[in-house]
Amino acid sequence: MTSSGSLQEESCIVGHDIAIQRGGHTIWSNGTFSIPTGSVTAIVGTNGAGKTTLMKAELGLLPLSQGTLTVLGKPAGAMNDRIGYVPQSYTSDIDSSLTAEQSVLLGLTGTRFGFHIVSKKERAKAHEAMQFVGIDDKASYRLSELSGGLRQRVAIAQALVSDPQLLMLDEPLANLDLASQRTTVHILAKLNKELNMTIQVVAHDLNMLLPILTGAVYLLDGHPHYARLDEVLDSHLLTHLYGTQVQVITTPQGDMFVTPNADTIDTNPDMHSSSDVAQFHHHTHSPQSSDDLREGDAQRGEHQ
Amino acid sequence: MNAFFSYDPLWTQTLTMPFMRNAFLAGLCIALAAGVIGYFTIARNSAFASHALAHIGLPGATGAVLLGLPVALGLGVFAVGGAWVIAALGKRASEREIATGTVLAFATGLGLYFARMSSSASQQLQAILFGSILTITPSQIVGFAIFDVLLLIVMAIVYRPMLFSSLDEQVAQAKGVPVGFMNLLFMTVLAGVITIAVPAIGTLLIFALVVTPAATAMIVTNSPFKAIVVATLLCLVSIWGGLVISTMFPAPPSFVIVALSTLFWGIAKGIEAARKKNHRA
Repeated sequence: MTSSGSLQEESCIVGHDIAIQRGGHTIWSNGTFSIPTGSVTAIVGTNGAGKTTLMKAELGLLPLSQGTLTVLGKPAGAMNDRIGYVPQSYTSDIDSSLTAEQSVLLGLTGTRFGFHIVSKKERAKAHEAMQFVGIDDKASYRLSELSGGLRQRVAIAQALVSDPQLLMLDEPLANLDLASQRTTVHILAKLNKELNMTIQVVAHDLNMLLPILTGAVYLLDGHPHYARLDEVLDSHLLTHLYGTQVQVITTPQGDMFVTPNADTIDTNPDMHSSSDVAQFHHHTHSPQSSDDLREGDAQRGEHQ
Repeated sequence: MNAFFSYDPLWTQTLTMPFMRNAFLAGLCIALAAGVIGYFTIARNSAFASHALAHIGLPGATGAVLLGLPVALGLGVFAVGGAWVIAALGKRASEREIATGTVLAFATGLGLYFARMSSSASQQLQAILFGSILTITPSQIVGFAIFDVLLLIVMAIVYRPMLFSSLDEQVAQAKGVPVGFMNLLFMTVLAGVITIAVPAIGTLLIFALVVTPAATAMIVTNSPFKAIVVATLLCLVSIWGGLVISTMFPAPPSFVIVALSTLFWGIAKGIEAARKKNHRA
């Protein structure tokens, strides 16, 4: 695997006024954001907010109804051979007799038409990817024999084997136990640090990812926004985002937590003052999204 | 007692008859086609679709007899048509099971209706439902062989993208594999394989040649290519073994073919269960 820091552009994913429709109704719209190269971002939002839809749009799998979306300097979909994609479905009862090694190899050879035999170089490449995620010893295991956590690492290795610049994972931590979640986060951190890989993750629970996130795309009131992590980690915004009371807590050790119920945790809640909240609320990196926030609030007000 | 189990001492002579030679050759062609498509059928969760396609072909087959056309033509047209409709419905088997099953039942009924409209179709109904490998003609075998050559060429070209889209459709699609085309191609090829396998084993028993040997092979091997080779061999052993055994101990060949195929699968399942037990111990 080579480092992919050669990209000149500062931004890895740039959306300009993007909107998407499915079945005649708008999932989200007015998305203008720019995600820096080398960042680790989460796509966050409530169920049905269109997180996976956004990721699929970035892969060019779903057409936009409006706007332009540029990924790795080209229109969405054009650079997919430089993108590693790990869909959520890896856990959905893969009852496959395929071995881990063959699954990873498909990431390298699966798109090739015509007859050809897997070369030693390709096999070495697959093992390198498996080594990186720590499953080299499981190469000859069938997927059906592996736990959800290991199968997910197989899927990540499959995505890595073609040396992507951008790695996209849809709910990589869902259905994993704590230890597997930590391992996955650790692997993502390593990829970002050692290979300078830009990483984007669809997630509904931020806590596990907080130590490695540099920012987030949050789907709020039907609009995608991007913000750096310090802007996202705000009780008011998160409360608004999840539609339930959320607090941001900092432990004495400096670890931060996002929690729906702070009262039961024996730490000093990092509650922002009301003026801070107001600041956070209107403080956004671009006028466009600031307007969106206000619009969103206005709409909410009307509904109530 | 003898009516159930009798031995034919002249069975070696029977095996040298021309119709037997035809049956062995047809068995070879069918085993090759069924073995190649079987792995993908299971990998794509399309086992039920393969069963359904054979039934959807039934009214085509009996209708063709009614119109004085070749059985294979009617069967093929209906199976391919059904395959395209199933392909258009998408790959997710769980979503289309009810639709497929409903069409399957209707098609079977329609097949019976056509069969009852003429005495010749009525006579052929049993052969179409349960197969009659001993009546296969040399011209049919030529057709089978041409189909096999085309099948092997096409599958060699699309092997890896087909595998990728079968096992990991979302990633394959993101990586630029034309998954819609792959699905259409697979269903069309499956319809073709069923069309040539029905004369040997019939629409009701097609599962035993297309799906069961591949399932057995997937248990005992650990790579798609090996599974395809082993499935083909299992198919061949089932058909040829079925022919020999049904000649020694007169019985319908279809029955012995299905019995062998099921036996191999049962043994593999037993091995798998023992292996799992050892893993745990």
